[in-house]
Amino acid sequence: MRKYVPKDDVQKKAYYTDRFWVAPQVAKSPVETDAVFAADLEAIKAKCEVLDAYIQVDQLVVLINPNDNFTVAQILKEECGYNQLSECSAIDWLAKQKQFEVFYQFLSMSKRKRMRVKCFIDKEQAVESLNPLYRSADWAEREMYDMFGVKVNNHPYMKRILMPDDWVGHPLLKTYPLQGDEAASWYEVDRIYGKEARDIIGPENRESAVVDRYDTERFGRLGHEVARGSEFDENQPVTPLAYQEEGGVFIVKKFQEDGAVTITDRKR
Amino acid sequence: MAQHQVNYTQDGGLPVALTSVDKVINWGRSNSLWAMTYGLACCGIEMMASGASRYDFDRFGTIFRASPRQSDLMIVAGTLTKKHAEFIKRLYDQMAEPRWVISMGSCANTGGMFNTYATVQGVDRIIPVDLYLPGCAPRPETLQYAVMMLQKKIRAEKAGRAQRPKRLV
Ligand code: SF4
Repeated sequence: MRKYVPKDDVQKKAYYTDRFWVAPQVAKSPVETDAVFAADLEAIKAKCEVLDAYIQVDQLVVLINPNDNFTVAQILKEECGYNQLSECSAIDWLAKQKQFEVFYQFLSMSKRKRMRVKCFIDKEQAVESLNPLYRSADWAEREMYDMFGVKVNNHPYMKRILMPDDWVGHPLLKTYPLQGDEAASWYEVDRIYGKEARDIIGPENRESAVVDRYDTERFGRLGHEVARGSEFDENQPVTPLAYQEEGGVFIVKKFQEDGAVTITDRKR
Repeated sequence: MAQHQVNYTQDGGLPVALTSVDKVINWGRSNSLWAMTYGLACCGIEMMASGASRYDFDRFGTIFRASPRQSDLMIVAGTLTKKHAEFIKRLYDQMAEPRWVISMGSCANTGGMFNTYATVQGVDRIIPVDLYLPGCAPRPETLQYAVMMLQKKIRAEKAGRAQRPKRLV
């Protein structure tokens, strides 16, 4: 059972943390502490330069030069038995160091080990596709391009995967506004009706809690219905909520509340 | 015979005939609202529940159709993404007149909690909506009520309009 934690006054404690708070790093241990990983690292070092290597949360992390990524993946697949590329994507560090971090997460089914290869690339730099080695790289690299604008060389189908093809910008960049830029906010209007319709349709209402109850063009307030487009007045009479007109509808029966039975016994 | 004091042939009898035709047509339309199977997100689950045996939409004559060309009613049940926006317009255009739209749930009404770059902030930016159904997600009873309110609205409409006025463009 879960340990009981007293919950008195939890609300009093500050639960807000800074949005850009950087979590402390998990402790790293040297690669030599794990024989399997040490052998893998030796195999990589034999052919490529390794900038940094350590073990973190039982996973080997290797930092390499971006030009070596295909060679390293080939070594890992063919010599070290890492037969799955479970994930690959990028991290936007442009503000901090003007670079993207590209990472590849590998899994070896035979060795029951996971490892991660990382490299840093500049803003306009492209990486080599791992698609010939791992089929999962196909979509993952397309997503990386879609979300960060990191281009991938020799990819069979370098195209956006989630956003529409004519989208402007790359949404997971830290500089991309959450509610979208100018192009994003008019995207559907421009695409369907054309730019001319912008004035008619108007800008997006980002305050989703706001419903203008005086807007009788679009809304008829349930229970306070007035004719379309008429002036709304504070003393509007309350109209009874009814799903059917007074006179009734041919064949359609009206529900009579007095004649209804409420079932309380579920097994009845 | 003495009771028949009304001269039915006066005014060509036209207004009398028209209202009753309206009534008959609207009675038919409102009681066989075929809805398009159009669940976009979690609200779609509630829409399916409304269609299934417990809530049983069939009693209202609302049968889900898998094609826009066979449906009168589009229940926009869920989050409309900007990528999908052009398809909702295309499906709406494929529906034959007369057609109605229920915007189901906060997402379809206003974008709901998805105050982001990828979500259309209200489906009424793309297609004209007849009925906004609040809730996240609205329960099947609420959807049934919405359909009944729409039936009431249809019964109050004129039957013979060639094209319903569009609020947008
Ligand atoms: S309104 Fe709520 S339940 Fe409906 S689609 Fe949006 S998030 Fe899901």
